Amino acid sequence: MKLAYWMYAGPAHIGTLRIASSFQNVLAIMHAPLGDDYFNVMRSMLERQKNLPKVTTNIIDRHVLTQGSANKIIRNIIRKDKEESPKLILITPTCTSSILQEDLDNFIKKSSLETNADVLLADINHYRNNEYQAADITLKQIIHFYIKKYTNSKISLTKEPSVNIIGAYSLAFHNQHDILELIKVLTELNIKINLILPKGASIEELEKLPKAWVNIVPYRETGILAAKWLKENFNIPYISTTPLGHENLAIWIKELEYCLKSKGRVNLNFNNFIENKTTFNSQSFWFSRSIDCQNLIGKSAVVFGDSTHVAAITKILKKDLGINILWAGTYCISDQNWFKHTLKEYTNNIFVSENYSVVEKLIKIASPDAIFGTQMERHVGKKLGIPCGVISAPIHIQNYPIGYRPFFGYEGANQLIDMIYNTFSLGMETILLEVFGGHDRQVTETASFLNKGDIYWTKEAENIFAQIPKIFQKKIKHKIDTYAASLNKTIVTPEILYKAKASLTK
Amino acid sequence: MKTLVQNKTNSYCETGNYHTFCPISCVSWLYQKIEDSFFLVIGTKTCGYFLQNALSVMIFSEPRYAMAQLEEGDISAQYNEYSELLKVCLKIKKDRLPKVIFWIGTCTTEIIKMDLESTAKKIEAEIEVPIVVANANGLDYSFTQGEDTVLAALIKKAPLRKNKSLNTTPQLFLFGSLPNFISTQLSLELSKQGIKVAGWLPSSKFTQLPSIAPGDFVCGVHPYLSRAAYTLIRQRECRLIIAPFPIGPDGTRAWIEKICVTLGYSISGLKEREKQIWNKLVSYTNKLEGKTVFFTGDNLLELSLARLLTSCKMKVCEIGIPYLDKRYQAGELELIEKICKEQGIRMPKIVEKPDNYNQLDRIREFQPELVITGMALANPLEARGINTKWSVEFTFAQIHGFGNSENLLKLITRPLSRTQHLVNT
Repeated sequence: MKLAYWMYAGPAHIGTLRIASSFQNVLAIMHAPLGDDYFNVMRSMLERQKNLPKVTTNIIDRHVLTQGSANKIIRNIIRKDKEESPKLILITPTCTSSILQEDLDNFIKKSSLETNADVLLADINHYRNNEYQAADITLKQIIHFYIKKYTNSKISLTKEPSVNIIGAYSLAFHNQHDILELIKVLTELNIKINLILPKGASIEELEKLPKAWVNIVPYRETGILAAKWLKENFNIPYISTTPLGHENLAIWIKELEYCLKSKGRVNLNFNNFIENKTTFNSQSFWFSRSIDCQNLIGKSAVVFGDSTHVAAITKILKKDLGINILWAGTYCISDQNWFKHTLKEYTNNIFVSENYSVVEKLIKIASPDAIFGTQMERHVGKKLGIPCGVISAPIHIQNYPIGYRPFFGYEGANQLIDMIYNTFSLGMETILLEVFGGHDRQVTETASFLNKGDIYWTKEAENIFAQIPKIFQKKIKHKIDTYAASLNKTIVTPEILYKAKASLTK
Repeated sequence: MKTLVQNKTNSYCETGNYHTFCPISCVSWLYQKIEDSFFLVIGTKTCGYFLQNALSVMIFSEPRYAMAQLEEGDISAQYNEYSELLKVCLKIKKDRLPKVIFWIGTCTTEIIKMDLESTAKKIEAEIEVPIVVANANGLDYSFTQGEDTVLAALIKKAPLRKNKSLNTTPQLFLFGSLPNFISTQLSLELSKQGIKVAGWLPSSKFTQLPSIAPGDFVCGVHPYLSRAAYTLIRQRECRLIIAPFPIGPDGTRAWIEKICVTLGYSISGLKEREKQIWNKLVSYTNKLEGKTVFFTGDNLLELSLARLLTSCKMKVCEIGIPYLDKRYQAGELELIEKICKEQGIRMPKIVEKPDNYNQLDRIREFQPELVITGMALANPLEARGINTKWSVEFTFAQIHGFGNSENLLKLITRPLSRTQHLVNT
């Protein structure tokens, strides 16, 4: 049993539902008690979905506990098949159904005799997989099932170089914009898109999946299992670099070049493309060299989120902008070896934790100039008065913008730099406002503040003290008082003040 | 509609395949109401995920609730539930110093048959903090019924007023969680009729739970508190005043009247008071008059709201409701029947345990001008040109008493005003 207030990654069935509802003609049936269909609310609210939910529930109630759900679930599968005629009905176990230990697989076999749709049971374990892992497993499972079902003849590659993008999901962080940006880059490189998975794809299209030359898995958390399986079975190479920021983009394009070369396009060379894009087309490359960015050098930040975004953004903060990374962390425990390995050259402090209070504590200890994290870190930042840029899920509705806000590609790099710069400059602004006493200038009444305690301050000392920026006053007052006390003085004169300063700045 | 099974005139039962909040959501308003409490939900990640998303920003203000998240070892009984819960409760006691800890049992604790009641007794003695156990699970209850189970459990902890000789006249207690501001307002309305409210369940502090004696009168303020009501009748031998609920000017007046009549007080100035409120609301009722409304049902407030909207001369197509307790809601049922008769219209159809999918068919057929429904269907329906009002808002907004009538009608007319605004500009 674990005392928990908040979690970064959701339960397994959420991952499965995100995959199922991303496909065009898949219907998911949760085997769950009343009230567990909150997923539909999230989709309708966060993504502002116009479509009626494609997730329904086979409700577990008291009768199910006594009689089992066999008849009910079979009836529901057949009913949904008739009502909505999907291609695939995916049955999703939940935490409750996991402990009932019913033979769901058997019910599915029975019902699939009477349905037009294929019926599958998501192969997830509620107590071992989280949202991202479950999504990864489910996507692979669906791909596996349909490729086995469809492929009987020999598959040939497309004539022109083409790729599959495995990484378009519902309810993912800025995903829709990221995918558009990837399409843009690939189109400019004259590479065809064979299939984008799973969002928007229909089940029949999975047949042509093995025709692509290369698979692209832009997010580490979900898609890798499918890509690995396709590599093993169809020898399709895959790229798991995240195309976020200039350097990663360049690596990503070079990897693409390499993969295509290995498939026979020996004359390809994307170097010019990369150079052109970086130096002329993109603003962010120049921005990090402009005068404003000098001010960012040496500023400190902490970064937390999923491994994909933290790894890529930490690199940009450190390498492009010279920001001192006090620590970087992720909640993706299953991917921690990769995470630690990738980040070791950018910061000395790397950690993996699912516990938000640990993250909060570490933010407090580090007290950085800015935080880059999830919705949770944003609130911690608010509490501590530290600005925060949101770079990763979990997120709330304001992070599903309707404007074009990619993180990937060259436009994504621009957007990201804006976000980073604004986060820091807002922080700077607040500090300056404090130094100059806020928007409405007031004469500081130092007397009341200084002469509280055992030590008396003279008028002259007070006047000198008033020139110190306000935000430092409390701290400095304490130090001077302690200094005076150490000399057995009860009155602070200008003389003592300067002496204290000299001794403190030694 | 062959899936509809008719129970009585105009009352049907469907498949129960509908969207609603999990009853554990009641912790969100109950921890705010009971200021010295801590709510521990004993469940899985699914429960936690629901809470943190449904309550969104509340999570960030260090709420006095948490999950005792069950792991595989808890399910397979490798871990001992007593020592696990003791560990968690000791931590809560140390960090938060609550005067009471509520344990909220969930589907999982129910299925693996965790004996929370007896474990609570042992741990209570160990940590010297009272523990109240309530099973607010999705196997048995929906949404607001969570409060019902918590209140029923809380009533068992309320002190008994033993010394009968000191106080022989029966007193009036009201039950149902309301923000203090609203409960005071309702108490004041009754005091205008000369009636003193001896106490509320829940009180704003656990340590100040009212003491109830056998023979005392009790009256509910929410339509979803039937369990709490029966606990008061059976275990505390209270007398339940069955009245309509104080929602809307008509409901509030009927509620006060019923209490006055039962306790033998004469009624003064209520009719005028109601009229006065209605007069203030003309701009809203004008907007509603003649329009059609459909309740898909998810929070048990549906009957009271449908009654209010019938008073506003709306036509109610269907009242979907998770569960209708015909005895506890008898006052409300009577009132809506009376209003329908006065207006010469038929009693609207009540659908218990509705089926959202079939309801969508009926919505397509009726094309109602307003659908009161959950968030899962709200945006898709709006996209299909149907005005919707998000039903959960009625649970969290202040809707009780004369004073909040305007607030309530504002909520209901908002989608219509928005549409009108979009058409006109």
